[in-house]
Amino acid sequence: MGIKILTEHIGKEDLKPIDAYMKYGGYTAVKKALTSMSPDAIVEEVKKSGLRGRGGAGFPTGMKWSFLAKPEGKPRYLVCNADESEPGTFKDRYLMMHSPHTLIEGMIVSSFALGANTSYIYVRGEMMFVIRILEKAIAEAYAKGLLGKNILGSGYNLDLYVHPGGGAYICGEETALLESLEGKRGNPRNKPPFPAVSGLYACPTVVNNVESIAATSWIINNGGDEYAKIGIGKSTGTKLISACGNINNPGVYEIELGLSVEEFLYSDQYCGGIANGKKLKALVAGGSSVPILPANLITKTANGESRLMSYESLSDGGFATGTMLGSGGFIVFDEDQCIVRNTWNFTRFYHHESCGQCSPCREGTGWMEKVLHRIEHGHGHMHDIDLLVDVAKKIEGNTICPLGDAAAWPVGSAIRHFRDEFEWHIKNPSEATRKGAVYRKEAVFA
Amino acid sequence: MENTAPQLFKVTIDNIEVEVAPGTTILQAARQIGSHVAPPAMCYYTSLKGTGGKCRACLVKVTAGSAKDPRPMPKLVPSCITTVQDGMIVENTVNEQVLETRKGVVEFLLINHPLDCPICDQAGECHLQDFAFEHGRGTQRYEEERRTFEREDIGPYIQLHMNRCILCYRCVFTAEQLTNKRVHGVLNRGDHAEISTYISKAIDNDFSGNMIDVCPVGALTDKTFRFKQRVWFTKPVTAHRDCEHEKCSGKVTLWYKGEDVLRVTGRKNEWGEVTEFICNTCRFDKKKTSDWVIEGPAKVSHHSVISANHYEKKAIPEFGFKQAAQQYKQIDDLPVQLPEGEKKPVGIVVRPDSK
Ligand SMILES: Cc1cc2nc3c(=O)[nH]c(=O)nc-3n(C[C@H](O)[C@H](O)[C@H](O)COP(=O)(O)O)c2cc1C
Ligand code: SF4
Repeated sequence: MGIKILTEHIGKEDLKPIDAYMKYGGYTAVKKALTSMSPDAIVEEVKKSGLRGRGGAGFPTGMKWSFLAKPEGKPRYLVCNADESEPGTFKDRYLMMHSPHTLIEGMIVSSFALGANTSYIYVRGEMMFVIRILEKAIAEAYAKGLLGKNILGSGYNLDLYVHPGGGAYICGEETALLESLEGKRGNPRNKPPFPAVSGLYACPTVVNNVESIAATSWIINNGGDEYAKIGIGKSTGTKLISACGNINNPGVYEIELGLSVEEFLYSDQYCGGIANGKKLKALVAGGSSVPILPANLITKTANGESRLMSYESLSDGGFATGTMLGSGGFIVFDEDQCIVRNTWNFTRFYHHESCGQCSPCREGTGWMEKVLHRIEHGHGHMHDIDLLVDVAKKIEGNTICPLGDAAAWPVGSAIRHFRDEFEWHIKNPSEATRKGAVYRKEAVFA
Repeated sequence: MENTAPQLFKVTIDNIEVEVAPGTTILQAARQIGSHVAPPAMCYYTSLKGTGGKCRACLVKVTAGSAKDPRPMPKLVPSCITTVQDGMIVENTVNEQVLETRKGVVEFLLINHPLDCPICDQAGECHLQDFAFEHGRGTQRYEEERRTFEREDIGPYIQLHMNRCILCYRCVFTAEQLTNKRVHGVLNRGDHAEISTYISKAIDNDFSGNMIDVCPVGALTDKTFRFKQRVWFTKPVTAHRDCEHEKCSGKVTLWYKGEDVLRVTGRKNEWGEVTEFICNTCRFDKKKTSDWVIEGPAKVSHHSVISANHYEKKAIPEFGFKQAAQQYKQIDDLPVQLPEGEKKPVGIVVRPDSK
């Protein structure tokens, strides 16, 4: 099994009490960072590590940090994005509920590196139990002098707060999250200005995913160069993948980036193959927002190379034949799953979650959902397929925040790869609406 | 002493150069050139801080970011909130992608719109009507059910037709800016989002009427004017009075039918925007000519149905010019014998609705 950085000790014992966490070397990064390193040196290490944001976009974390404006007389903030609401993604929740101190330790060193004296963890509101776990863990860290005034005698002060989310997927978008944190309606902001210049309360702010922040402790302890040795090419380090769907072992796995998709999908250490001896039909590799892939493009790229779990390999071939690593929500579909139904279901989610600020997303998501609902329920027309493609294209790239793109991509890719299945639904409405009926004729399985 | 005169930025919009102060947005720079290149704006409103960026009607293509960094911007940008850089090159009406996207925006704004212009008080001065007429595709592809809401009286003077609303947020920013305490806002999300007061609270502050003026569609209508008259049958006259309200400008447009003042509104400039807001007393209670000092007939922007009793389509260069160029070439290619030194005479007819 590959190296584990975030989840190594999970399962050995209950890591929620701080003493248990410290037994396995917990909080050594805080000691090292605060007593022997300068903030700039930490940023430098994170840059060297090649760590990329784990929230979906994969933006280099070190670079994001170095963009943080540092004007005189204004506080700076670090905000951890723990709003995890993407369908298929449940990795942050796993880490926080089993090892809350991993995140808290990462928050302390990251806040120190950025010069933030107040930091927030914005947790999805529905995960109240996680909020309680984190609050308890934070109280323990205060009691040990790891938070609060003059941490470990270093003169550095940090207050850490947990904030329950507003109950909307859109609050995971970083600027909507900041609005929500300020107590307003969670509408994404127009960018620029970017949070690095004007974020929380109009002060310079860094927003990072739970997993990105948690990884920084290991980088402090072992050095950025060591971290960069893990993984492959520009996809350094490890990644938490939440696997679900028709597989034998659904769950959260920490993998070294660069593991082959084939091994991840079929080996017993990970997903353990398709459940019930069925065949593989399709895969959504990085959470509901990324393009869906048909069976023949999952383990091999279009030019026949083995596909790897890395930012580059998964996006090989662009959107024509590739997808994205996204947030690591790995959803597997077997031969009995209906792509039309799934596309409708995803679109229903985006329709429900659009904040409604910009016209293409507000109106387009609802339109697509209604058309897909019609096709799925046997009332489709042939021209609906091109209509969907066109509506998706009109949304994509024309919205305030990436939710518009996230709503358009699943539709565009499903039609790109499974057009015959849509046509079959439209041509054979009575057959297609029969309970349990699935299109198999020309579909490719693996 | 150093020269402190502000340096101007040179920007090119649709091949026309203009010099503007740093900090100017692309939209404002385009407006300085003129209405034929100015992008449409459904949510942006110059005098309301914070508006813009939402409706996506004004998206334009930046083909060169600045003289220093002449790379094109990857996506279309909202011109209303994107500030210019020196040497920036922008394409609005000459860019296919922009025009196609704009058609999409019109379509999106209309799919849940009731299209009840024949009974809507805003018809004739409705920005959505103008926008759809100028940039829409003229056919509709939407076959689904539209979302609907109940009509609602919000306060004594204003009726809300949520079905017509395009969620531009202008009225929200109006309340934010003109009153001490905003009591209405947007509830819910997505296409079910609605403008509302919390639990049907009434909006009753002295400046609430301005929400009617800023509303680009017929979602917020003046209850004292509802169904009284089509706007193009009324005659606008500018007038003012000394209003005791310190925040009220007292500068208005009176809308006459015969001798009667049917309604009072703020004065709208050529972009359909009020720059000086008025109080409810001026708007709702002063409906006699004797209340006002009359200044003269109001100028209505050239392409408005109000001025002409009919629509005049703006000649959009994309269609007009392309066609003209093509026809010119055809004429030029004609074999004609001309006396030495004489140029070919050229005549082109372009109808305003040429496509
Ligand atoms: C609609 C939407 C929802 C998002 N939800 C999350 C989320 O739940 N968690 C998260 O970490 N990032 C989410 N993101 C991405 C964030 O905007 C942001 O890119 C991320 O938090 C940056 O952190 P990173 O650089 O560490 O990845 C979302 C983005 C969008 C557009
Ligand atoms: S893209 Fe959708 S979710 Fe994002 S700001 Fe626009 S309407 Fe809101």
